[in-house]
Amino acid sequence: MPVLCSRCEIKKAHLKRPKTGHSLCKECFFWVFEEEVHHSIVSAKLFNRGETVGIGASGGKDSTVLAHVMKVLNERYDYGLNLILLSVDEGITGYRDDSLETVKRNQEQYELPLKIVSYEELYGWTMDTIVKQVGLKNNCTFCGVFRRQALDRGAMMLEVDKICTGHNADDVAETVLMNFLRGDIARLRRCTAISTGSEGAIPRCKPLKYAYEKEIVLYAYFKKLDYFSTECIYSPNAYRGHARSFLKDLESIRPSSIIDVIHSGENLSVKEEVRMPIQGNCARCGYISSQKLCKACVLLEGLNRGLPKLGIGKHHKLQDKLLKSQPLTEEEEKKFKMISF
Amino acid sequence: MKMAAPISIHLEFGGGAELLFDGVKTHHVTLPSQSEPWDVKQLLEWIKANLLKERPELFIQGTTVRPGILVLINDADWELMGELDYKLQDQDNIVFISTLHGG
Repeated sequence: MPVLCSRCEIKKAHLKRPKTGHSLCKECFFWVFEEEVHHSIVSAKLFNRGETVGIGASGGKDSTVLAHVMKVLNERYDYGLNLILLSVDEGITGYRDDSLETVKRNQEQYELPLKIVSYEELYGWTMDTIVKQVGLKNNCTFCGVFRRQALDRGAMMLEVDKICTGHNADDVAETVLMNFLRGDIARLRRCTAISTGSEGAIPRCKPLKYAYEKEIVLYAYFKKLDYFSTECIYSPNAYRGHARSFLKDLESIRPSSIIDVIHSGENLSVKEEVRMPIQGNCARCGYISSQKLCKACVLLEGLNRGLPKLGIGKHHKLQDKLLKSQPLTEEEEKKFKMISF
Repeated sequence: MKMAAPISIHLEFGGGAELLFDGVKTHHVTLPSQSEPWDVKQLLEWIKANLLKERPELFIQGTTVRPGILVLINDADWELMGELDYKLQDQDNIVFISTLHGG
């Protein structure tokens, strides 16, 4: 017995929405999905007419759907935005070079300009060369810190007003859980915001913040969007992996779990007495940082000094030495050399 | 005893799930005849025994697919089709899409 679409009551339903439990046909699903993203954009006033918006594009499902939906809504509702695809090339052979091919096809399919910034041009290191030096243990720290800045720097080169990224509801819920589990109060407070940062860095927003991963994947599948879906060859990212499968297990029992976790994160209030890091700027590169030197500069210094563990963990005491390019003591050096993998 | 005839079905793995099947996305398979009609639950056991190349726990958890893998039966969400109890028909198209891979 085919189930009928609960919205148009004419066509056969093709999916059950995890968020609402409604059964919808493809056309009604496309419509409500796009309208909900539109609602997120309008109610949080994410963009203003005339702005240039960089869409962080990795070639994966989320950013491909984001680029497609942004293009559709910009035309349907005449947002008056100038959209650009912005990609980061981390320099991972067999992974990023393949996914960048997808982004290049998206550029043609959506008729949007594309800018690629590479770790090599920004930092003088690719992830391949970093992994050769640091091994497979802390490489994701380097990649994550470098990517965040790379997107900003690419955006600055293009004089972009805002960046939007494909983070979805599942991603946000995962991040809430991870920050909670790590006791990272500052991030826990920030991570649910739909848009961030107007001081210093280029403002960022997440138009898909309330979109379930299941719906994003089905949107891409039913629309036959061209996306790339291979795991990064260097990334086990075990901690996020556990948070992710835990959430997926919860979702299979109660689909609203994802949104429930986001709501919990949004409504947490932090006691006044809790000390928050004060945001300043990196003395070397000018990027926002709560330390004198930003994380990327410390990591880079470690790579260039042949002391790759320098930026792993907390080493606030060394900040002054690093800033003045002073040598470390023999004992300090020993600590940050790579001994075991 | 009446036997159900063997059935041919199309299987498709995507979104990264194909990596557990030697990177092969589409498979045309014939399920042997048995006394009861095939259902999705039995299909999963058959896939595990005959097609799955590595790390079965990334595809099957207990008697169902791992949460985070979407299943479509003839282009419709399996949640509308009875999930594990759906009775397979000849020429059915079953798609498994992983949502667990990077975005």
